[in-house]
Amino acid sequence: MIAALGLILRRELRLALRQAGESATVVLFFILAALLFPLGVGPSPATLARIAPGVLWATALLAAMLSFERLFQPDFEDGSLEQLALSPAPLEGLVLAKALAHWLTAAAPLIVAAPVLGVMLNLPAEGFVPLIAGMALGTPAISLIGAVGAALTLGARRGGVLLALLVIPLVIPVLIFGAAAVEAAIGGFPVRAHLTALGGISLGALVLGPWAAGAALRQALAE
Amino acid sequence: MIQRLANPARFNRLAGRTMPWLAWGAALCIGAALWLALAVSPADYQQGEAVRIMYVHVPAAWMALVAYAFVALASAGGLVWKHPLAHVAAQAAAPVGAAFTFLCLVTGSLWGKPMWGTWWVWDARLTSVLVLFFLYLGFIALTAAFDEPQRGERAAAILALVGVVNVPVIKFSVDWWNTLHQPASVMKMSGPAIHPSMLWPLLLMALGFTLYFGAVVLVRMKALLLARRARAMAMAQVHRAAPAAAEPGSAHG
Repeated sequence: MIAALGLILRRELRLALRQAGESATVVLFFILAALLFPLGVGPSPATLARIAPGVLWATALLAAMLSFERLFQPDFEDGSLEQLALSPAPLEGLVLAKALAHWLTAAAPLIVAAPVLGVMLNLPAEGFVPLIAGMALGTPAISLIGAVGAALTLGARRGGVLLALLVIPLVIPVLIFGAAAVEAAIGGFPVRAHLTALGGISLGALVLGPWAAGAALRQALAE
Repeated sequence: MIQRLANPARFNRLAGRTMPWLAWGAALCIGAALWLALAVSPADYQQGEAVRIMYVHVPAAWMALVAYAFVALASAGGLVWKHPLAHVAAQAAAPVGAAFTFLCLVTGSLWGKPMWGTWWVWDARLTSVLVLFFLYLGFIALTAAFDEPQRGERAAAILALVGVVNVPVIKFSVDWWNTLHQPASVMKMSGPAIHPSMLWPLLLMALGFTLYFGAVVLVRMKALLLARRARAMAMAQVHRAAPAAAEPGSAHG
């Protein structure tokens, strides 16, 4: 089973590498959306430093919304999802491999881009380490919850908008604790509690996400 | 009992007989509770007359959670036991639950303005109830998003089960975080912390809301079942009228 999951993971990564433009689009959206704020709020460094943690986390979440549709939709359309489902490896494992590939190809670039944007948004120096650590701990939950949303909306009319509608309420806790960790570090408070909560959310999503997404995929393929 | 209800005709008969009792019970309870709450119960020594918002706000909040638990249980029943009425029940209850959640948010906002001096604060209790509202809306949108209704109801059922993680967060948000919203004062281990003159209208209103919920869900379930039958009959007619023109598989999905 592990071997099968490794194969799926390698296939996903190869696909993502050959269509590198799609990962780049997500990062580009992240950069553009974050850069709207200094232009809209005004370039005052103090204001930017104040809003930077929340802006970075919220725009990263919005950028991630763009990436969920390609988790299952292409494979669903060309029929390879059914072939994957016929393999003896469990569907939950397939979800896990897909979510891991999504994390590596969509979330990891966001984590790399976030500190650069932090510099442009005048994020105070103490905020960078908790920003990166918080994103590393929290984004697995986003990939997994996004996988649930993507599986639920397979074949839906206007699936993309619906997907965002379903996923955004569920990832609000990640945003709250992620931004709070950066704020705490800037204010000189301990960040451990927030980071622990982020890790806990990710672990919970790791347990529940593949199960729910697997059930949703089974319903989508049963038609 | 639950298995006997799998027959839609039997369910329809039973629902038709129960519904008037629930509806009249709801009207009586809510009417009496309103009279007690607005005329009989005392004004609060701190909050004054504004405390009377509580008699709508608190039962609406309870019902928001009860309705969600009902939707989630019905969804689980539909997914696990494939009970033919379970998804119908979940679909029937979701908009009612959303309405109670909305009522809870609006009355809370109206109550917050005189008490806290603000319509809205981003504390844990208010935020988690707002998330509950969006979960209801997501459930309703997902149900309607597919050409094939069965696919929509099953996808929405899974979403309802995923959303259950929010229920304990709402319940315990006032204990876990230091919030502006007060902690629970009725459902406590040590017994309710409010005076009977306020407790009675509150409980009566909660009972009335519950009966109302039951009555509306039954009416909506009957309507959904009829709509489903109308759809099946229309499909059958299309098949009979143009068997050659009908694309294979388009009706079955």
